[in-house]
Amino acid sequence: MGYRIFALIAVALSLVAQPPRGGRGGPPQSPQAMAPIDLTGYWVSIVDEDWRFRMVVPPAGDYMGVPMTAESKKVADTWDPAKDEAAGEQCKAFGAPAILRQPEHLHFTWQDDHTLRLDTDAGTQTRVFHFGDSKEPAGPPSLQGDSVAAWEVKGGGRGGPPPDPNAPPQGKGSLKVTTTHLKAGYLRKNGVPYSENAQLTEYYDMIKEHNGDLMLVVTIVTTDPKYLREPFIITSHFKKQADNAGWNPTPCSAKW
Amino acid sequence: MTRNSIRLTLALFCAGLPALAQVDLSGSWQSKNHEDALERGAGPNPGDFTGIPFNESGRAFALMNSQSQLSMPERICAFYSQWHLMVGTFGVKMWNEVDPVTGKTIAWVIAPWEDRAEMKIWMDGRPHPSKNAPHSQEGFTTGVWDGDVLTATTTHMLTGYLRRNGVMTSDQATMVTHFIRHGDLLTLASEIVDPIYLTEPYYISRTFVNTTNLMNSGGPPCIPGDEGVPEGTVPHYLPGKNPLVDEMTKVYGIPQEAAMGGAETAYPAYRDKIKDKFKTPAKCQKNCGGPAGL
Repeated sequence: MGYRIFALIAVALSLVAQPPRGGRGGPPQSPQAMAPIDLTGYWVSIVDEDWRFRMVVPPAGDYMGVPMTAESKKVADTWDPAKDEAAGEQCKAFGAPAILRQPEHLHFTWQDDHTLRLDTDAGTQTRVFHFGDSKEPAGPPSLQGDSVAAWEVKGGGRGGPPPDPNAPPQGKGSLKVTTTHLKAGYLRKNGVPYSENAQLTEYYDMIKEHNGDLMLVVTIVTTDPKYLREPFIITSHFKKQADNAGWNPTPCSAKW
Repeated sequence: MTRNSIRLTLALFCAGLPALAQVDLSGSWQSKNHEDALERGAGPNPGDFTGIPFNESGRAFALMNSQSQLSMPERICAFYSQWHLMVGTFGVKMWNEVDPVTGKTIAWVIAPWEDRAEMKIWMDGRPHPSKNAPHSQEGFTTGVWDGDVLTATTTHMLTGYLRRNGVMTSDQATMVTHFIRHGDLLTLASEIVDPIYLTEPYYISRTFVNTTNLMNSGGPPCIPGDEGVPEGTVPHYLPGKNPLVDEMTKVYGIPQEAAMGGAETAYPAYRDKIKDKFKTPAKCQKNCGGPAGL
């Protein structure tokens, strides 16, 4: 009796200790093959938070909600969209820390099996999420920076039966993206700045609502010792589209 | 090996395992009002219905609302349904209640905070009450784990604020909230479905930060008081008489048609409709935030 119990415990332990996907022995699977959630396709932002900061250009000096430093306010108070456009800096509010606050459509595709690509129609921007060691060599800082991605698969993947492909996507796992090497830009269209020292951490989660809507929830954390007193934490949400309806690439604008 | 020692071994083994597909949500979670800061703090601008997917009834009801209704003893508390968790400014204190015999979690509990009642998320599989059962400020909530995400469904609420400027939910509304934990961050992604006032679900997502500061309630749940509204009087505006209907245009230059909401105002394509009607005001006039405060 006792030996049977211990045998059962040993089997249970071995199941718990299994890697999330792919198993042992075979070649390691690519990030694309291991993806616990499928982000590919088109998504549309739903703007029912911070509407007046996102759908239109807020007035100069409207900084509500952003944990700015005094130095940040000094810089923001000099905001001049005409000057930005004249200098070819009309994309400053379309950098990685702010791009997912734009009213827009997203398009996720796999560039290769280690690289997830995110295109936005707002500002016609492209973000590239590198898994593992496939990070691009660092050049000059850029609007979208260098992004390193990793899947986060927690309790749901250990042991037990294989995932049900028809089960809701929530809880199967998340995409974590860390972005550095950013060119300075704006957190908001009215010139609230982030510096070249800003770092961005994002979590991409998918959830399915009762009516069948598939939602993408992105938790966005920006840290910037120069212009932020504490991490700036916001959450954007998007609804999955069946196709590219509404996809409308537009150039950056500092005035609209 | 005796039977008792086998049981003890099994119990110790099981106690050491994480419950599969569950995470610990317990603790104190600080609200970071970095988005919708005005809405969650002092309260939204009057006449700001941007992004609200309501129907004509919902819009008409919102325009009739006078904030002075909050001075009525009957309504001073009742407007705050469980949705206040998403649109209020407060943090979250959360814990699990455990069956003392089986050790299983039978409910997750979010502590009350002033105007919002406690939310008890039943995890023991009990059904929601009959649709004819009485409604309450607390409502009735059940939860299920979808992998590492707790999904809570709340029904049987009283009518309450969807946005704290008179946009209402009916007592037929259902609230679904997904609790997503990433380390020290707790994101709540919530939707309200309301067949009476909304044409499509209304979504809100918020992130809270784990803290060692105790996120206790600021006191007992709301206590009704007499603030001088004459008995039998309901402060309101008659149709077409709301004096604050153009507040968003005056303060932010936002066209009134956008401020009046509707599902389309939440989608990117709507910007094309108002592009030629919007003019950025030269300077922020009030509630401007900045380094001195959020």
